[in-house]
Amino acid sequence: MSYQIVEKKEIASSVHMMKIKAPDVAKAAKAGQFIILRIDETSERVPLTIADFDSNEGTVTIIYQEMGKTTKQLAKMSASEELQDFVGPLGTPADVRKLGTVILVGGGVGIAPVYPQVKAYREAGNKVISVIGARNESLLILEDEMREASDELHVATDDGSKGHHGFVTDVVKNILDSGEKVARIVVIGPPILMKVAAGMTEPYGVETIVSLNPIMIDGTGMCGGCRVSVGGETKFACVDGPEFDAHKVDFNLLMSRLALYRSEESKCQENHDHKCTCRGEH
Amino acid sequence: MADRQAMPLQDPKERAQNFDEVALGYTDEMALAEASRCLECKSPKCVDGCPVNIDIPGFIARIKSEDFDGAIGTIKLTNALPAVCGRVCPQEVQCEELCVLAKKGEPVAIGRLERFCADYERRKGVTPPVQPESTGKKVAIIGAGPAGLTAAADLAKKGHEVTIFESLHDTGGVLTYGIPEFRLPKAIVKEEVEYIKQLGVDVKVDYVIGKIKTLDELRNEYDAVFLGTGAGLPKFMGIEGENLNGVYSANEFLTRVNLMKAYQFPNYDTPIKRGKNVIVVGGGNVAMDAARSALRLGADEVSIVYRRGEDELPARKEEIENAKEEGIVFRLLTNPTRILEGENMTVNGVECIKMELGEPDESGRRSPVAVEGSEHVINADIVIIAIGTSPNPMIFSGSEGLETNSRGTIVVDDSGKTSLDNVYAGGDAVTGAATVISAMGAGKVAAKAINEYLSN
Ligand SMILES: Cc1cc2nc3c(=O)[nH]c(=O)nc-3n(C[C@H](O)[C@H](O)[C@H](O)COP(=O)(O)OP(=O)(O)OC[C@H]3O[C@@H](n4cnc5c(N)ncnc54)[C@H](O)[C@@H]3O)c2cc1C
Ligand SMILES: Cc1cc2nc3c(=O)[nH]c(=O)nc-3n(C[C@H](O)[C@H](O)[C@H](O)COP(=O)(O)OP(=O)(O)OC[C@H]3O[C@@H](n4cnc5c(N)ncnc54)[C@H](O)[C@@H]3O)c2cc1C
Ligand code: SF4
Ligand code: SF4
Ligand code: FES
Ligand SMILES: [Mg+2]
Repeated sequence: MSYQIVEKKEIASSVHMMKIKAPDVAKAAKAGQFIILRIDETSERVPLTIADFDSNEGTVTIIYQEMGKTTKQLAKMSASEELQDFVGPLGTPADVRKLGTVILVGGGVGIAPVYPQVKAYREAGNKVISVIGARNESLLILEDEMREASDELHVATDDGSKGHHGFVTDVVKNILDSGEKVARIVVIGPPILMKVAAGMTEPYGVETIVSLNPIMIDGTGMCGGCRVSVGGETKFACVDGPEFDAHKVDFNLLMSRLALYRSEESKCQENHDHKCTCRGEH
Repeated sequence: MADRQAMPLQDPKERAQNFDEVALGYTDEMALAEASRCLECKSPKCVDGCPVNIDIPGFIARIKSEDFDGAIGTIKLTNALPAVCGRVCPQEVQCEELCVLAKKGEPVAIGRLERFCADYERRKGVTPPVQPESTGKKVAIIGAGPAGLTAAADLAKKGHEVTIFESLHDTGGVLTYGIPEFRLPKAIVKEEVEYIKQLGVDVKVDYVIGKIKTLDELRNEYDAVFLGTGAGLPKFMGIEGENLNGVYSANEFLTRVNLMKAYQFPNYDTPIKRGKNVIVVGGGNVAMDAARSALRLGADEVSIVYRRGEDELPARKEEIENAKEEGIVFRLLTNPTRILEGENMTVNGVECIKMELGEPDESGRRSPVAVEGSEHVINADIVIIAIGTSPNPMIFSGSEGLETNSRGTIVVDDSGKTSLDNVYAGGDAVTGAATVISAMGAGKVAAKAINEYLSN
């Protein structure tokens, strides 16, 4: 099988958008689900959230940040090239219902997975307040799309280059303190952001949902590598999630498991960089 | 009577360092010598022990007359995957157990001869099969493991239009992601799948049924559906420390090694932790494969921790012997009680307890009982849990009315038919974790029933 890249764009510094031709996946996709792709025969399987999908066009959009070997290799690919594998939609769709007012929070590249949920919650008849943030303005993605799709949009940057000077959690806290009746908060971003957000919202007693991103291989419940601890119970994030009740998640375990292969990952990248620069010279 | 021909093996010291195949296969001379032992019984018992009823004396007779093409032809009449079965069938409890020579001493090495014929054909180049005329009926097969592949082959031979849907990026099921290269080279699995494709079977990988499409949808699009989805859901023990870094399910460990080729990291991108002291919990084929893989990844010491004794080890005798020769340590009558935590939530040893065998239970198996106060700590940085799997439940979402039992397995009748009209099932998804050949047998039975159903 092969899956064609029909569009490719750098949408912020080291953050890329790709539209992939995968008609059957596009037809079945729902907000909150993810895909797993493999570039070629020697590649690893990389999970990425479905950032958008168009069943008429038969395309699925992914947005990813250059992190290590595989995402960097992906960043070098261009439209009309093909991916060897593209499996999905995986994971349980987000539980989108009419609840009233919902705050959707996206941090960094986490804004991408929040975007389809903003649209879905809005379509379900909710008032959607979106809060997005990044380290600085140049890393902020999908601002226009998010503004368009939300009832209200707030922006925060760590360095104050755009919007609120500080974290997205400050903004959410302000909204909660303002007395706005909020039925649910969805937070997607780096684990540390989700952990802080969970701690912040807990005293308010507002239902808070996070989308967990542990290391995965198959994404179908077959390996157990993606296990997370939720309310003291072991869950497989790829099938039982990726969304869970933020107040029950053991974030320390998640973060430590995410760091398991750090040394191998840097070795893999060095090996790759070496091959790239020396091509044809040996 | 001549002695049973031994299988030539790679030297234990050497093979513990590589992933090349351990068993090297018979030469022509060895095969002829072994074949000459067969008595060509008039009512051959051995055939009853083969779940796909290979004409065993028939193919062995052809080996005797050096008609190797005829021999493989005979095998292929009923077995689509001879190179696989000849390697991994538990022959000692199937065909060979019932061989008349088993009583007097050593049975004919049927599996090894089968492998010999299949390897002979592979070297020579497999003759592409003739595609039969189409019946115009469409069958969907879910899962490209032995059950699904066999059902697909049989149905394609009858002229039905067959599509296999497989969730992983590669075919073969456990043959590809579970059983290691050193026991079953992946090139062999690929060739066997190629043969099935040449029969006209369309294989769609990257296709998770229950997600991209549901069973309900497939039932409408196809005239019949076969579920060969296997038992891929790993069980954990539920003990303290099981989520620590360095604790793997055997499925994850073996998938990284086999499917993702982590043993060739960093030429392949998928990483794996290469432990110094590895503990594998369990005593079946899966545990042996995980232990021997860990050893080949460079561990100093790999132990099997198993709560029963030597006689109860469910793994194939041959593989237990191979593992011992390679230096795997067997800690029998021992059971883990908790996994100890080191720095950064990593594994730092396993606390175990000694066990003794109590009175036989209803099943006749003596169940292990913990010896109080016998707790001790075994040094470990990697723990692999190989205590079993249950059916992968993904297929059940969007499968209205499909009956399953309390163990999560699919309920079928003798013909492999499920509670749904045009849906059949077989293999590990029905029996729970079993064997390659029983899965193939079930694929055959269901294919026959599906063919009858489609002909009416
Ligand atoms: C359900 C899910 C959805 C995700 N959605 C997105 C997304 O929309 N956009 C995005 O940029 N990233 C997303 N990620 C994270 C993305 O998968 C990793 O950034 C990517 O795998 C890193 O690969 P690499 O080789 O470039 O970097 P590496 O150097 O290999 O890894 C960098 C870090 O990424 C994590 N990681 C590595 N391998 C995996 C793996 N197989 N599975 C999960 N995490 C891994 C580890 O924490 C690692 O330290 C998602 C992860 C999951 C589980
Ligand atoms: C490590 C290991 C070693 C073993 N060693 C031996 C041995 O030496 N001898 C022996 O006889 N047996 C052995 N076995 C057992 C044997 O491999 C299995 O009994 C046999 O593979 C079962 O075949 P199956 O076709 O039923 O399922 P599987 O081989 O499990 O194949 C099922 C396939 O279905 C796919 N699938 C599942 N759900 C879906 C879905 N929803 N949509 C699409 N596809 C799906 C899976 O990805 C998989 O490829 C071993 C098993 C393991 C794990
Ligand atoms: S398929 Fe298995 S059981 Fe049947 S003859 Fe071959 S080795 Fe024996
Ligand atoms: S039972 Fe043994 S001796 Fe008799 S036909 Fe079968 S393999 Fe040959
Ligand atoms: S990724 Fe393998 S079980 Fe979730
Ligand atoms: Mg990587």
